[in-house]
Amino acid sequence: MAQRGIREYEGKKILFDGLAGHIPSFKGKSEKLALVRPDTDPKKLVKDHPWLLKEKLVAKPDQLFGKRGKHGLLCLNADWKTAWKWISARMNKTVTVGKTTGELNTFMIEPFTPHKEDAEECYVAIRAYRDYDTVYLSNKGGIYVEENWEKVKETRVPILSSIDDVKLNMPDFGKRRAQIEEFVRALYKLYAEGGFTYLEINPFTFSGDDIVPLDLVAKVDDTAAFECAKLWGDLEFPAPFGSTHTKEEDFIRGLDEKTGASLKLTVLNPKGRIWNMVAGGGASVIYADTVCDLGYSKELANYGEYSGDPSTEDTYQYAKTVLDLMTREKDSRGKVLIIGGGIANFTDVAKTFTGIIKALNEYKAKLIANKVKIYVRRGGPNYKEGLENMRRLGDTLGVPIEVYGPETHMTSVVSMALGGKK
Amino acid sequence: MKPELFTKDTTAIVYGYHTNAIQRMLDFDYACGRKVPSVAAIVDPGHEGVHKAFFGKGEILLPMYKKFADAAAAHPKADVVVNFASYRSAFSSSMEALEHGNIRTVAVIAEGIPERRARILAATARKLDKMVIGPATVGGIKAGCFKIANTAGTYENIVESKLHRPGSVGFVSKSGGLSNECYNIIARNTDGLYEGIAIGGDAYPGSTLMEHILRYEAIPAVKMIVALGEIGGTEELRIVEALKAKKLKKPLVIWVTGTCSKMFPAGVQFGHAGAKAGSDLETAEAKNKALKDAGAIVPDSFDDYGVKIHETYKKLAAKGVIKPAEEVKAPSLPMDFAQAMKEGRIRKATTFINTISNEKKEELEYCNMPISKVLESGMGIGGVIGLLWFKRELPDYGRKFLETALILTADHGPAVSGAHNAIVAARAGKDIISSLASGLLTIGPRFGGAIDDAAQHFKHAKDSGLTPAHFVRDMKAKGLNIPGIGHKVKSISNPDMRVTQLKAFCRKNFKHTELLDYALEVEKITSSKKGNLILNVDGCIGICFVDMLHSCGSFKKAEIDNIVSMGCLNALFVVGRSIGIFGHIFDQKRQKQPLYRTPYDEIAYMTDL
Repeated sequence: MAQRGIREYEGKKILFDGLAGHIPSFKGKSEKLALVRPDTDPKKLVKDHPWLLKEKLVAKPDQLFGKRGKHGLLCLNADWKTAWKWISARMNKTVTVGKTTGELNTFMIEPFTPHKEDAEECYVAIRAYRDYDTVYLSNKGGIYVEENWEKVKETRVPILSSIDDVKLNMPDFGKRRAQIEEFVRALYKLYAEGGFTYLEINPFTFSGDDIVPLDLVAKVDDTAAFECAKLWGDLEFPAPFGSTHTKEEDFIRGLDEKTGASLKLTVLNPKGRIWNMVAGGGASVIYADTVCDLGYSKELANYGEYSGDPSTEDTYQYAKTVLDLMTREKDSRGKVLIIGGGIANFTDVAKTFTGIIKALNEYKAKLIANKVKIYVRRGGPNYKEGLENMRRLGDTLGVPIEVYGPETHMTSVVSMALGGKK
Repeated sequence: MKPELFTKDTTAIVYGYHTNAIQRMLDFDYACGRKVPSVAAIVDPGHEGVHKAFFGKGEILLPMYKKFADAAAAHPKADVVVNFASYRSAFSSSMEALEHGNIRTVAVIAEGIPERRARILAATARKLDKMVIGPATVGGIKAGCFKIANTAGTYENIVESKLHRPGSVGFVSKSGGLSNECYNIIARNTDGLYEGIAIGGDAYPGSTLMEHILRYEAIPAVKMIVALGEIGGTEELRIVEALKAKKLKKPLVIWVTGTCSKMFPAGVQFGHAGAKAGSDLETAEAKNKALKDAGAIVPDSFDDYGVKIHETYKKLAAKGVIKPAEEVKAPSLPMDFAQAMKEGRIRKATTFINTISNEKKEELEYCNMPISKVLESGMGIGGVIGLLWFKRELPDYGRKFLETALILTADHGPAVSGAHNAIVAARAGKDIISSLASGLLTIGPRFGGAIDDAAQHFKHAKDSGLTPAHFVRDMKAKGLNIPGIGHKVKSISNPDMRVTQLKAFCRKNFKHTELLDYALEVEKITSSKKGNLILNVDGCIGICFVDMLHSCGSFKKAEIDNIVSMGCLNALFVVGRSIGIFGHIFDQKRQKQPLYRTPYDEIAYMTDL
């Protein structure tokens, strides 16, 4: 639940459909956008998008990274054959963009708009701040916008104001001023009603009298999904370029989406010796901090948390996933599992532990084989019962379990488990 | 706005019927020795009337309203709203509360409120000079005064963390879970908490760390401030500026969590929505350093957090700035019945025994047999009667016999008293249950009772060793008709085919037919006196039923006696005949028959006699 990047293809679709409602003369059409994935059938694509055969095209990767021109990842002014060949040559290839390396697997195609780069590229962006949104406008856009940042004019739109009541601070757009103002105001309305937190069109240009957005970057607030269902359609949130989710991370994400509770898992180092299974969004960060502060960051295997009174079944599935990951590869030094957490406000500790205990019992043999030591620290409703159950499990599980309650500082178990600072 | 949000007299309207949270607020009140419950009213679109809750050892009634405006009008002193509405409706309900003249503070619990909505809430609160705590928070607590919702968890925890009486420390954090942990740390290292607020983990909380820290700065009773920041956002940098500008003079112990993020790949989203560094300035390390440089007391890691808090407290106490708060013993709260039961601390005699079915198992069970197996086995309704009435899996012939009995007793035309009464009731416009009951209520010694009577009498005669002739003589001497003997039209020479078939079935399938054989001997005697004094269908069912139980072999004699004497045969007749009675009821309703009135010529008016 947070701000998430969306594909340019999706962003433009939302924008074109939405702008059409505000500016009847707007020419951008969401039908003239096509997405190509590894399994896209070119024949079907052309059948669904006949314009691909009739117009000059732009093809580019659509995977949440920018500066595609600088990295030679733009195919401009191409016919369909050339564009498809260009995409095919790059599909599933690994490239490095800036510091990030990843696989190209999604491209978008749209009609090509010829224009004079220097004179006719403009810039607009809108970004959310706590008390206002800022509109950034420049008559110099494209890849030069950063160099010309002093030309960018800013307008703050207070959160309680309507864009209609705010005077736009605009650079010199000459005769296009009124037209651009209308466009920016419409854009802002769409930004606000569409749950966007960041929207950048760099550049937009002109085709005759029409404004044409070229490259677009957008982030939306995914908690707005329930309000924006109509605008967004079936909006996908791709992983950032270069980051891939493991099967287990996807599984936990699926659980998280299905329940009212919160379940998160990121595997940092599958060979790591230190595994955390921590309750609470805040506490989980502190446990990870403490492992790093003690000098064991290279051995920290995961970040994750469960919170919001998850059901026994949820914690069982969560624990099973973590235990499975941590018992795949043996380490001669053994491993450490920290079942940590603060003092819960309303999460039933005994109930959540019931799920964890069930999973621990199931993985008994593997835990022994991997020489796992378990440290528990928790408080909150029914914690005495929960801790007692953990202690009793220690009698039969065959691996050591040390159990602590609120009398012990929350993160003390980390240094106990790791044997102090490295 | 005034720095103090809550006093010992503060009361709240709770939006959302969250009984556990409400009870915890009231339990806290009891711990503090509050005279007035902190919950004035409950608003829930689906409920009105009153909610009964504990207030200490006794119970109180809290009024419930469907509309917030009604609750606010009826409880003008309540100036806090604790809003449990879901992420979908939390915005509109919080705005309504915020804009109401009575309300000063709104705590928004829901997680997942759209950021833009949260920003509007925050800005509206500032415009109106009011306070929003949350969204995505557990709330907050003012020790000894007022507690929001589930903050600080159980009663035991409240007492252990000394939250029932005020100390000298003001605390604020993003995380609700950690705030409770920190109350514990503060209780162990100082004279206790004065007030603690969890602002919530979202990117745009309604009120910020800074706002609460400035409040604590302005409250004289707060002697030191403890805060917990988090990676992401620039909120802590505002605290840095306030420190530099000397707007904060009280000692501030603060730690920003998320120092591990440098080890993580870019794009890891921590548990809180706001917990993601957008730039180097927003990292935990940068913020911790800036805070330390500006004069805040910053530990090296969370491990030392308590130590720094303790050192700071000790210094203030030594200087006399803090006069340690007095220890006040919290009253012990009677344990909740359910909790005590769960922990095995008490036991309670039950009022019912049940031995036939269990809906609390993984799957519904009839006499220990899962319902899926009941269906798979194809035991039919006869088998189910066996399980639920006799607690046995009956053999095939037993189930078939019971089903045959149900078929044979299902109906006997509209003229008999049961059907007649049901028809009259149905035509009076009564519902099907009333109509059925009106028919069933006629079943007894004169109508439908023959099956049971026959079984009882024949079984008793045979069990007492009476010969058939002796039995017939005995009954005659008592002036009683033998139940199950006699038919209006059928006779030895014109047998009732129902009886013929039933007898053949039992002879073929039962291991024993002793009581049937006995009854047929009786029939020989009675029918020789009069041709229509034959074993009728009621008698045959009752008598063969006893033979069926014997044949099964799994019933002890005492059990069979008990089954017959409990009236199981009457029950069999009631189940069977209900089918027919419903038929008659539906028949009348289908034909839309009007109210029935007995014609005058059916009644002999003899009033003048």
